[in-house]
Amino acid sequence: MELTAEPRRETTSWLIRNKWTVVFGVIIAGTIFAALDFSCNNLTCVTAVLSSSLRQSTPLILGALCGVIGERSGVVNIGIEGQMLMAAFVAFLANVYLGNLWMATLIGASAGAFMGLLLAWMAVSLRMDQIIGGTVINILAIGITGYFYIPGLTTQGKFAPITLGPLADIPLIGPVLFRNGPITYLAIILVFVLHYVLFYTRWGLRTRAVGEHPRAADTVGINVYKMRYINVILGGALAGLAGAFLTLEGVGTFERGMTNGRGFLALAIMIMGKWTPIGSWGAALLFGFTYAMQTQLQFKGVNLPPQFIGSLPYILTILVLAGFVGRSRAPAASGVPYEKE
Amino acid sequence: MNGNNNHQAEEAPIVLEARGITKQFPGVLANDRIDLVLRRGEILALLGENGAGKSTLMNILYGLYHPDAGEIWIKGEKVTLHSPGDAISRGIGMVHQHFQLVPVMTVAENVILGEEVTKAGGYIDKRDANRRVRELSELYGLEIDPTIEVDDLPVGLQQRVEIIKALYRQADILILDEPTAVLTPQESNELFRIMHDLTEKGVSIIFITHKLKEVLAVSDRITVLRGGRSVGAALPSESTEASLAELMVGRKVILQVDKDDARPAEKVLEIKDLEVLDDRKHRVVKGLNLEVHAGEILGVAGVQGNGQREFVEALTGLRPIVSGKIFIAGEETTDATPREITELEVAHIPEDREKHGLVMPYSIADNMVLNRYYRPPFSRYSILDREEIAENSARLVEKFDVRTPSIYTHAGNLSGGNKQKVIVAREFSRPVKLLIANQPTRGIDVGSIEFIHNQIVAQRDAGVAVLLVSAELDEVLSLADRVAVMFDGQIVKTLPIEEATREYVGLLMAGSEA
Repeated sequence: MELTAEPRRETTSWLIRNKWTVVFGVIIAGTIFAALDFSCNNLTCVTAVLSSSLRQSTPLILGALCGVIGERSGVVNIGIEGQMLMAAFVAFLANVYLGNLWMATLIGASAGAFMGLLLAWMAVSLRMDQIIGGTVINILAIGITGYFYIPGLTTQGKFAPITLGPLADIPLIGPVLFRNGPITYLAIILVFVLHYVLFYTRWGLRTRAVGEHPRAADTVGINVYKMRYINVILGGALAGLAGAFLTLEGVGTFERGMTNGRGFLALAIMIMGKWTPIGSWGAALLFGFTYAMQTQLQFKGVNLPPQFIGSLPYILTILVLAGFVGRSRAPAASGVPYEKE
Repeated sequence: MNGNNNHQAEEAPIVLEARGITKQFPGVLANDRIDLVLRRGEILALLGENGAGKSTLMNILYGLYHPDAGEIWIKGEKVTLHSPGDAISRGIGMVHQHFQLVPVMTVAENVILGEEVTKAGGYIDKRDANRRVRELSELYGLEIDPTIEVDDLPVGLQQRVEIIKALYRQADILILDEPTAVLTPQESNELFRIMHDLTEKGVSIIFITHKLKEVLAVSDRITVLRGGRSVGAALPSESTEASLAELMVGRKVILQVDKDDARPAEKVLEIKDLEVLDDRKHRVVKGLNLEVHAGEILGVAGVQGNGQREFVEALTGLRPIVSGKIFIAGEETTDATPREITELEVAHIPEDREKHGLVMPYSIADNMVLNRYYRPPFSRYSILDREEIAENSARLVEKFDVRTPSIYTHAGNLSGGNKQKVIVAREFSRPVKLLIANQPTRGIDVGSIEFIHNQIVAQRDAGVAVLLVSAELDEVLSLADRVAVMFDGQIVKTLPIEEATREYVGLLMAGSEA
């Protein structure tokens, strides 16, 4: 008996294996062009819509990155919304009282990280149901930010776009990609850094092992608890950065419940991006685009109820989840508390 | 394969020694002053029933547990093992019974995990990793492609990955925990060849098992554990299956099931072209045909994962059927619910007794009426009659020899053998036409196995049609009157027991049309 059985191997071409992704991509691209064509009649408008898309996508991708590294290490983070909200609030207060945007950003990210620590403690050490743990975070954030909210606080302004020299003069691409606030740039850099870390380094290999088969990782001497703690805390910092973006770069002020479901959208984006940073970025841009279109359509006075236009991102979420969840696969141990023997 | 080679006789140096290892768990003395000696280049079989303390001892040697008393010496040095990391760095490698592999990662990624060679910034050079694994596999004759995802490998090759994983960590003491449990006889022989090759290269192996044949075939020395103590050492050349079984159980054991010839009567179960999907929506039962008659035991032999689970679930109404038909006692049950099937006097001993057989937090008494609680005498007008339920279980506990402090003990607190007896008692406590038993004796002690086997034979003699599904070929061969071999979702052959030799059935199980 020979044991070298032929393993199942994909022999078909990339195009055929990914035909649904390709079809979906073509449909999306077509829709984007049609939408731009319908709502804009000059290049300035297109530029405005696209750069608005990128801005809108920033908190979404940061939130999704938080979800990605959490779930890759085996912890479902449904508390992204709360982490964002809390960080947005703390970052805003820091900006008010310190008057330093950079310090405020750092403090916001730290607030997110602290919320991450709280989640990690519940999910990893207490082995609580992770959905409950995340919900605790969300309720806590709404309660705290609502209670301590002080109306009428003013700040020294918000991050101004940084123009990246001659790059910004390239038509269309320049103003869209190279005239942004610092957190937006940071978010884009983080997408690629995290993608590299997750799939090409020791840290990433161990993180993924812990999220797929923690016992296997444990038996080769990897500390499952430590890996999960660090990933969830780092994730919290990313969600915190998203919150800081809202108050320090986006809106410039804090309002109650201002995250407005972005933390949950981030989870949908993570799934659509198949738990990868770059994939999630694509999905986040798509969602950012629907936000931008929503504004643009209202601006143009399209004869549709504003409630309908306003619900576009959420309708897209449902479509995406219905279409993608079946086909993409979550890390096997995501959401399962690990117990040493 | 005959491996009684005592060439590495007593003079080989001792590489691992355990002295007086004692480990107390709440309520159980799992290891009681166990001594064990492993010499360089030998295969030491550690034989014992489930619960004899084998796993505890190995987990202590692998640093997962810490002994309450006793010493461990590795290569002449007294050591304290705080974690698997300590054990690994001392050259101990373990192949767990349940493979510790990440299915979505490649062979090479699994091998290097935890011991990665990295470049600047923690970057892992995948090509370099593949090369290292390839070199190792060539050195030890363990052929494998490092770039394949583990998910796509057959079980025998996954086990090979585990061995390479240990060798990559420079293990020269290898602990194999029940390594043949998931293999076909042919794959087992291949493993034994590998084990011999490894010992030639100076690796020492502790081979944990409860299969007597294998112990006699491959080991150089045997240590037998019973009830947490080491009760004897033996040489294969001076032992027989019977003598080892007696050491292992502590009394004479009848290995052969004692039964008369079957007197098959009318057809009770008929399955036509059955197709069933697994949880991942893959077709795993692919046009299965089978008949079972009253008064016979039909044994379905097959390596785990060839669709047996889905097949039995479909049969008992737990899983939808894609196509095909099932008839039980002349009635079509293709789309019947589990209760409708139960009411046709079908008894089911499920594969996973903790998940599908019992409700763990319920008492034994309640578990014993799970199939009838809704009917008189156990309930009237939807009100349970507690007295009847208690009387029923007191009677069954007595009759089926369930060892429990009380009928109100939670099922979850019983040992594996006693859990299984509760299920058997429940299923046999009412008239039965068809018995579907899936892995009825997996992981339970020899005493309980004997008891359950006798119960199954008694049912057969009473005219019940028995469908026995088991991955233990020995169980099928000793119980069945006819043997059906399942491979890749189909019954590839059905043959009378007289024609079912181990070798022939083994070949069929591996999918070769011998």
